Amino acid sequence: MSERLRVKKTYKLYVGGKFPRSESGRSYPVSSPDGTELANAALASRKDARDAVAAARKAQRPWAGQTAYLRGQILYRAAEMLEGRAGQFAEELADATGAAPDAALGTVEAAVDRLVHYAGWTDKYASVLGGANPVAGPYFNHTTPEPLGVVAAVAPQDDPLLGLVDAFAPAIAAGNTVVVLASEDRPLPALSLGEVLATSDLPGGVVNLLSGKVAEVAPHLASHADVNGLDLTGVRDADLAASLEAAAAETLKVVRRPGKGADALDLLRQWTEYKTVWHPAGMAAGAGGAY
Amino acid sequence: MGSILSGAEAASLVRALPGVDAVGLEARAAGLSTRSVKTTSKAHAIDLAISMIDLTTLEGADTPGKVRSLAAKAIRPDGDAPATAAVCVYPSMVAAAKEALAGSGVKVASVATGFPAGQVPLDVRLADTEAAVRAGADEIDMVINRGAFLAGDLERVFHEIKAVKAAAGDARLKVILETGELATYDAVRRASWLAMYAGADFIKTSTGKVGVNATLPVTLLMMQAVRDYRALTGVQVGVKPAGGIRNTKDAIKYLVTVNETLGDDWLSNEWFRFGASSLLNDLLMQRQKLKTGRYSGPDYVTVD
Repeated sequence: MSERLRVKKTYKLYVGGKFPRSESGRSYPVSSPDGTELANAALASRKDARDAVAAARKAQRPWAGQTAYLRGQILYRAAEMLEGRAGQFAEELADATGAAPDAALGTVEAAVDRLVHYAGWTDKYASVLGGANPVAGPYFNHTTPEPLGVVAAVAPQDDPLLGLVDAFAPAIAAGNTVVVLASEDRPLPALSLGEVLATSDLPGGVVNLLSGKVAEVAPHLASHADVNGLDLTGVRDADLAASLEAAAAETLKVVRRPGKGADALDLLRQWTEYKTVWHPAGMAAGAGGAY
Repeated sequence: MGSILSGAEAASLVRALPGVDAVGLEARAAGLSTRSVKTTSKAHAIDLAISMIDLTTLEGADTPGKVRSLAAKAIRPDGDAPATAAVCVYPSMVAAAKEALAGSGVKVASVATGFPAGQVPLDVRLADTEAAVRAGADEIDMVINRGAFLAGDLERVFHEIKAVKAAAGDARLKVILETGELATYDAVRRASWLAMYAGADFIKTSTGKVGVNATLPVTLLMMQAVRDYRALTGVQVGVKPAGGIRNTKDAIKYLVTVNETLGDDWLSNEWFRFGASSLLNDLLMQRQKLKTGRYSGPDYVTVD
């Protein structure tokens, strides 16, 4: 009896709910820190970034239109799926970062907990960030946070799973859709996370995952006129980060600079903008109705 | 210009046309859609495509206000982009379009003859045409009687097109074959020739109201028909694919096909048109991308 050949996984992009190879047909080898070759990952091109932004734009309005409760349920579902595959992710994470197996498992569990945390925020952050404002006049005055739209994120380089969750979960919890460029040298856990998201009732296009070179892809995301927010957390090169920020300013994007620590509410706040409405209060009261 | 043929002559000429090599036609169309058009050539193609658009709104919910805003966009789509060829509306909206486009050089095209089905009596279809022309339409987009055509009554279809041509007077007549309902390439070839024999100034693929609209093979087949018709009779006829052409890439494929099949003589909005509405925004976004180097988005073009 000959020994069974192991079936190896092809690590592909996650765009618009599908798993395409790069439009360019390119791939690049991914190794663990000790130099063991792990797999080949798709090397995204600027056209993949463009396609991902188009998919994210298409998905944005329906996603923001879902109830906050449903968005929370879907994020919670993603946590359930990740929990069920914790073993696989711990292994991938240990390979990717060189972490000890139990430490890697701890990180996966932290990622599950983080997803649950953001799932809980979906129907609460509006009350915390917005509210009724006191005004000097016969008006109700309300402020509500609304999603920016499409957020492009360069995920942290050293923290390929937990950092990735922080790169997309707060943005989608608030009704944005995202295009995430995964860790350049350690993209495999992120690309596997695409499979978790695809089986979590998350509509296609809400999260799009690319793997590739930051210096190649990020400038096209930063200058893209249809991107509303830009997360530069994973950009290590300070000059590149500055030029990306300058490109983003051309189209008035909200930018999160690298190295800026933030808690969950800060991240939710980062990807929202505020709408304030004035509503005449006198009508109902003046008419003496039971309002 | 009316036809000098009788209905029986035209019908027998059309019936004698050879069948279409479907595999060859589709392979040719597929081959023509692999060309890579970039940078300055692409910029030229985009502007040419914009100038060939019949910017169309054919909805039950059309209002004079909507037609006016469409007309404003047709005249000045974006910055220094060229104007479109025409605005295409229902007969009841012709007057509003005419007024909004006065002096701009953009033409008013009107669908007529009981668009889109054409299943109304001939006198009603003729009255529809006359009303559109009276209201100021420069071009008439008529539908052929597919029922009669598919039943084999080619003479009747021929006479009806001739009658509409007479009713249209000086307005250029575009004859919509509705290729999605003709089922076979052979039928498309016959319908193209029949329309040209009857005096069509343009042959147009589709109404945009059925499942299958313009496809590249069908449009290529119609281009071959107008090329052969000019070789035979000396009369040049235009081609207008309509419906389903939504992005720049598709539009450029059509332009490549025009150039390879018909040549320069047809590469202007006098002889080639796109019936489209959402295509224009994609062309404008691609145009902005070429100008600024940044990908554009729907926030930077009008909401129609």
